[in-house]
Amino acid sequence: MNALGVIGGVLQFVLVVAGSPFLVGVMRQVRARLEGRAGAGIGQPWRDLRKLLRKESITPRGTSEVFRIAPLVLVATTVVVAIVAPFVTTASAVDSVADLFAVVALLALGTVALALAGLDTGTAFGGMGASREMTIIALVEPTLLVSIFALSVRVGSTNLGAIVTSTLQDPARVISPVSLLAAVALVVVIIAETGRLPVDNPSTHLELTMVHEAMILEYAGRDLGLVEWASAMRLTAFLGLLANLFVPWGIATAATPVALLAGVAAFVIKVVLLGVLLSAGEVFLAKLRLFRVPELLAGSFLLSLLAVTASFFLAQPH
Amino acid sequence: MLSLWRKIRRTGRVAEPAPSQPSEELSVAAELGGSVQIRHVDAGSCNGCEVEIGSAFGPVYDAERYGARLVASPRHADALLVTGPVTRNMAEPLRRTYEALPEPKFVVAVGDCARNCGVFAEAYGVTGAVRDVVPVDVEIAGCPPRPEEIVEGLRKLTGR
Amino acid sequence: MNLVHAGLGAAVAVGVLSALLALITPRRLRLVPVGVGTVLVGAFGVLAGAVAVAGQAYSVEIPALLPLFGVSFAVDALSGLFLVVTGGVAIAVAVYGIGYARHGLDGRGVQAVLPLFVLAMLLVPAAASVGTFLVCWELMALTSLVLVLAEHQQRDTVAVAGRWYAVMTHLGMVAILIGLLVLVAHSADDSFPALRAAATNLSPVVANVVFVLTLVGFTSKAGILPLHAWLPRAHPEAPSHVSALMSAAMVNLGIYGIARVGFDLLGGGPRWWWLLVLVLGALSAVYGILQAAMSSDLKRLLGNSTTENMGLVLVGVGAAGLFASAGDDVLAGVALSAALLHVINHAAFKTLLFLSAGSVLHATGSRDLDALGGLRAGMPVTTWGFGLGALAASALPPGTAFVSEWLLLQALIHGLPASGAATAIVMPVAVAAVALTAGLAVATFVKAFGVGFLARPRSSAAANATESPVSMLAGMGLAAVACVTLALVPSVVLPAVGSASTMTLGTAQPAVSGQVTLQLNGVAGALSPLLLTVALLVVSVVLVGAVRLIAARRARRTARLWDCGAGPLSPRMEYTATSFAEPLQRVFDDVVQPEQDIDVTHHQESSYLVQAVEYRQRVPDRLERRLYEPVLRLITAWGSVARRLATGSVHRYLGYGFYTVCGLLILLVVIR
Repeated sequence: MNALGVIGGVLQFVLVVAGSPFLVGVMRQVRARLEGRAGAGIGQPWRDLRKLLRKESITPRGTSEVFRIAPLVLVATTVVVAIVAPFVTTASAVDSVADLFAVVALLALGTVALALAGLDTGTAFGGMGASREMTIIALVEPTLLVSIFALSVRVGSTNLGAIVTSTLQDPARVISPVSLLAAVALVVVIIAETGRLPVDNPSTHLELTMVHEAMILEYAGRDLGLVEWASAMRLTAFLGLLANLFVPWGIATAATPVALLAGVAAFVIKVVLLGVLLSAGEVFLAKLRLFRVPELLAGSFLLSLLAVTASFFLAQPH
Repeated sequence: MLSLWRKIRRTGRVAEPAPSQPSEELSVAAELGGSVQIRHVDAGSCNGCEVEIGSAFGPVYDAERYGARLVASPRHADALLVTGPVTRNMAEPLRRTYEALPEPKFVVAVGDCARNCGVFAEAYGVTGAVRDVVPVDVEIAGCPPRPEEIVEGLRKLTGR
Repeated sequence: MNLVHAGLGAAVAVGVLSALLALITPRRLRLVPVGVGTVLVGAFGVLAGAVAVAGQAYSVEIPALLPLFGVSFAVDALSGLFLVVTGGVAIAVAVYGIGYARHGLDGRGVQAVLPLFVLAMLLVPAAASVGTFLVCWELMALTSLVLVLAEHQQRDTVAVAGRWYAVMTHLGMVAILIGLLVLVAHSADDSFPALRAAATNLSPVVANVVFVLTLVGFTSKAGILPLHAWLPRAHPEAPSHVSALMSAAMVNLGIYGIARVGFDLLGGGPRWWWLLVLVLGALSAVYGILQAAMSSDLKRLLGNSTTENMGLVLVGVGAAGLFASAGDDVLAGVALSAALLHVINHAAFKTLLFLSAGSVLHATGSRDLDALGGLRAGMPVTTWGFGLGALAASALPPGTAFVSEWLLLQALIHGLPASGAATAIVMPVAVAAVALTAGLAVATFVKAFGVGFLARPRSSAAANATESPVSMLAGMGLAAVACVTLALVPSVVLPAVGSASTMTLGTAQPAVSGQVTLQLNGVAGALSPLLLTVALLVVSVVLVGAVRLIAARRARRTARLWDCGAGPLSPRMEYTATSFAEPLQRVFDDVVQPEQDIDVTHHQESSYLVQAVEYRQRVPDRLERRLYEPVLRLITAWGSVARRLATGSVHRYLGYGFYTVCGLLILLVVIR
């Protein structure tokens, strides 16, 4: 735990917590413009959150503590990831938590909490959403692990900061087959994990096509606000990971104000750029049939497996 | 995909310029702060109003730019958008939907049928107007109301 | 005075005494003394093991006890570790068992055999000669068989499960017997030190035969593919606390056997041995968890998950052997430590899970997840227990399996081209298998916990369930404490794991060290489960405070479930375990190959009107189909051929005797 890590942790916390609704706003605005609409402005998600936090929460009859705690777990896991992962600085506030396996498992823990909440309501939609989300995560989690492992094999460490640092030192790695395969696999699973098209439609009203939304149909007010906030933060965290694992330049390696400022700016630019690309891409896609989704995910798992095999073959003994 | 991209470029922005803000804003709705999630309930409508609601949220009138958005569950909603006269079979579901909304909550009655049962007044299957079943905050007249009028009614809630 | 000696001696004495006590006390008074006795047996086992792990060597020979080859025991760090695990599981199970007595489980036989089973499991790792080992192994097999059959009067399926278990465990025993006897034939006597000495100049062919035969026997005990078929049958049908003992303690001894024979007695070996072990482990892990994900029988699910976890342990053991054969002691240490740590963790959470499942069975009489649900209302403690166990089993933080799977993955990804192309192909596949297992385990345990304990009750038994007696809850509590401790501060068992793995591999220093943060020695890698949990807690507390501060102070309201405004939702509309697993089953359609059939009954008046539709679906064990059924068919065919010989006519039998004697005489004449 050093100064750079602590400052970085605070900066990342503020950036992700305060900035993630704006990211969602930007993405919605891009989509609106491409559809020929005017759009509600990039501050709209923040207005939504402010309003949701003012509203009352509702506990449906027959639900237990699991339903009430789930939004909290979801936000807490995401915030911990936002603090420890290498977004603004390569050093981490809590270095022994900034491990790839820990970060992936933390994000999965949030999803599990929400799925349990969906089951806890005992409604048909809650169970349906939980079942689908678990099917997706059962394929997404391995792909995430394997594709980031492909990157960590040649570094010899699963610490995310170490992976980013080593890419900084050896830029040629970015265009190696390992990186490219892993990048493609990661993009697919990030789309699936954050519930974007073509896996899940975040703005659907049709219960039968829902995945993520079906689990949270019972949440209202404050609870719903936390869930939506967490979704925005998870999206930011995933895009941030994607950006910094493959294009880490700009990230702060020293605790000087200039470096930190550059780190913040680089992170914001990279994430917003990825967000714009993602939402622009969505305009061209229709949602896949639910049972075609596993084929997509299996494909990405295969890519990540290829990546990790390639990394074992290409790695030089050290 | 390329053709879609060309079409997007050719079409450009289709949203009409925003008319000026309606003068009368609902003071109770200030708490919402420019964000209104809406659950639509068809209480027995002929679907004329639905078509107009659809175009109010379409690209041309773009109600979303004022902070209104349709959602899938009444738990997520701040306002109910009720169309049609309330039929006997829909009275109880409407009441339950209203109860499912978290406070503060509002009801918008869209169309003449929702306001005073319109041509279906006194019909055997009709319980009454929306205000006979749940308290109504905004009424939008017309059979069906034009999309501009629906957007204007919603802007009273969003205050934008 | 040697504490190991005292501990083992006391365990034997108390174990035999409690068995005798169970035979002579009346039914009413039987449970408590047997429970206390078994707790003591477990506690003495833990004591002996802990002292041995701490470094006190111990060996004893009692030549007079058994005719021909005598009895000899020795406890080193590896044995000690398994003694501690077995003893610990036994303590929790015995406390639990005091209250778990229905369906005649308080009968004389069952209660007398329970302490003996625990004792046998303690003696297996302590055995120091082939004769002693085999006798203890057989004692363990027989006592566990009696316990599996405990409820045979209630259900027919118990007898089937018992038959499978008896046949497979004894075939495994035969394989081990032959393997070890081949080894003994090449050494001075049957003691382990003599075998070690003989192994140095053993011909490779003999060593291979010994290893493969013992591997067959030990993997069949550990429930590893393809010899797993008994496990998902016997574990659900045994009484739940016996399932816990079998699943958390007995299967471990298969791992112990592989480590003891492979690393210690044979002193390592060629690379393909360990590749085989690793591949078997990876296959078992994926196949086991896949079967668990499809299962809607709570205890069968847990049994399949045992196959999965033993598979993960074997991946670690195999990787350790691979690295050791390539001369990389550091990585071998990491891999074996991961395997041993996972053995301990699995013992803790599987005990908790099986005991909770037993509590559910006790309260509802059902282990069908489709018919459970809503247990959190009537059985809050059991629900918490199962939830904790499920978290631990699904490799999520802050859970126990998370730590050991992290360690396992560390060993795999550091396994760089150190040992050539074979590793470069196997390691990525192993990483993928472990990762896939982790993902599927999450789905499986969300299903088990969410569908079984949350939601709303789907049967009247589940709706009226009440909490179990105090002693059962106490047993679960002990296991839960172990789970939490292992999850937060795994460093409490690291010294034990370290000394066991250094002793087994003959390496210099333990691979993992650290108090709060687990630090790998020799390769980069650090993880702190405690800091992670603290970070989660701190963030949660801050979050609750912040939400209180900025959110409006509107009180939380209770409202009816959103049922789309229509009539009330009935439990029949809920997702069941089967429907929950359906999408996953479609994804793995080619692997699991479910069988479906649909019966449509029409009205008599018109074939256009449907009266009833009946839909049945079964997920059979495909490996069983492919591997076991042909063998069973062959045996049946043989049997029917043999039956043609046996017509029941005495004359014919006399004739067989006559011709055989004649044939033998002719043979003698020819040979001489």
